Amino acid sequence: MSDVTAEELMAVTASRLLADNTVVFAGVGMPLLASALARRRQAPNLTIVLEGGIIGTSLLPGHLPVSTNEMRAAYGAQMLTDITDIFLFAQRGYFDYGFLGVAQVDQYGNINTSFIGDPAHPKVRLPGSGGANDIISLCNEIFIVTQHERRRFVERVDFVTSPGYLTGGDSRERSGLLFGKIGAVVTDLAVMDFEPGSRRMRLRALQPGVTAGQVQAQTGFELLIPDDIEKLPPPAPEEIDVYRTLRDGQPSLTGSTA
Amino acid sequence: MGAAPDGNGRAAVAFREARAEREASPRLVTDKRMSAADAIGLVRDGDHVAIGGTCYSRTPMALLFALLKARRQRLTVSRPLSCYEVELLLATGSAERIVTSWVGIGLRWGLAPVFRHYVETGAAVYEEWSHLAIGLRYRAGAMGVPFLPTLSMLGSDLAPAVGLQTIICPYTGERLAAVPALNPDVALIHVHRADEFGNAQVEGYRHMDVDMARAARKVIVSAERIVSTDEISARPWATMLPHFAVDAVVEAPYGAYPHECYGLYEADTDHFDTYAAAVRDGGADAARGYVGQHVDALPDFAAFVDAAGTERLAARAAAAERLMPR
Repeated sequence: MSDVTAEELMAVTASRLLADNTVVFAGVGMPLLASALARRRQAPNLTIVLEGGIIGTSLLPGHLPVSTNEMRAAYGAQMLTDITDIFLFAQRGYFDYGFLGVAQVDQYGNINTSFIGDPAHPKVRLPGSGGANDIISLCNEIFIVTQHERRRFVERVDFVTSPGYLTGGDSRERSGLLFGKIGAVVTDLAVMDFEPGSRRMRLRALQPGVTAGQVQAQTGFELLIPDDIEKLPPPAPEEIDVYRTLRDGQPSLTGSTA
Repeated sequence: MGAAPDGNGRAAVAFREARAEREASPRLVTDKRMSAADAIGLVRDGDHVAIGGTCYSRTPMALLFALLKARRQRLTVSRPLSCYEVELLLATGSAERIVTSWVGIGLRWGLAPVFRHYVETGAAVYEEWSHLAIGLRYRAGAMGVPFLPTLSMLGSDLAPAVGLQTIICPYTGERLAAVPALNPDVALIHVHRADEFGNAQVEGYRHMDVDMARAARKVIVSAERIVSTDEISARPWATMLPHFAVDAVVEAPYGAYPHECYGLYEADTDHFDTYAAAVRDGGADAARGYVGQHVDALPDFAAFVDAAGTERLAARAAAAERLMPR
């Protein structure tokens, strides 16, 4: 499919990471859409959880939520509870995946959604963590999805709103974050993971037609590039069809999770 | 109060005071109905006001409009996720400190420019906690304990920015974040139904309203409908707050508009579009213009709802109906 957009490529790639009979805590926007796509493909028993207190949403195509805390997000849910309760399920270890869209990520998977520039005198005050800090601290495995641009992939974020592997090695565990791992970063160019030991970001797989050099050129730090890089299969026409049905004329998905 | 733990004992005093006030507060089973303007009389300058609902769901908008009209000063406001109400409170000089995990008009509308202006210039403080940490602060307050332990916020730069302390578990030796209790001076909560005594019922998700209200020193509830106690007792499982946890009851049909109220009406995103376009060009002046047009120039919130028009409200109600379980 030559007319597949970057957004569709990311969504399909991310959706394939979600296994059946699991629970995903999804941020709004791309993570929610990719999760909904997985439910309609390989993971019909995937349970989607949203921080607004919503367990088991199915989404009404063409009526996508703009937040994680509204009726559209609750469509088809099996349980409505309070917000704190949702995060406590995560802290207990029920949520297999935490799924986040981000504005800025660094080589250790740390996320900044608080400041651009010096936090003491910020150039831009961003919206803040929302649930992202809790999701990345408490879920069992984290997937991050974002467009692959140099300004988004920085060596060190200006501010760690949501902690990945902090400064690498065992620094995450030493900070008291005993559980959870950053499983993958999915972009329109590639899929990355984090090298055991150093916890530095590592290239794992390339989107169709993309080279490792192109990925490095769009990354603001030195990616670890192993010899055995996989090639991602292109989206199937059925995946694109399902995704477009879900979207059905909705505005483009931008911004980070709330 | 809204302060982060300061290590000098103020938190300890606040914790004991919050308990003492609740012990001493009257639990009269009496008619607590009043106008929004009268209820907002419970809010004093400098208070910490907690705003119920989250993002653009079940926001106590009728109460907030009355608060905006009253032009209180030096308020601290807290909320799980905050929307344009924060911009209105900042632009009118009502609030100077925001305690929340997120501020925006909504994802589709980009960054909130008035909020940005006030925080980036240092005119207001944004005390940023994680979403769960906000919830646990209200819950600790609601539980009557001074803090709660959690595995969240550790390792991040959020923790030192708000002075978050850690504790060592006396049983396992593990290090945990110790999230301090928050006992707001006043909580504003919007519900589907309440009786005259304050028994309050909601449908759908409860956000952080239960903990927020039970943590607060005073609680103002607005309700889509005032109902009899018999109607409350017909569905006691839907009751979110008992009468003794509520100080004032305000009747407010469409009381969360232009935000949503679960099952009754969806958010009016066209209204946000108009607001977002205005503040993108006009900044804080445009936010003050919004308050002038929709709050100051009108006698009450009912007039604001009337101005939206029956056709627009009916469309929002029909949209909500389409999303309900059947």
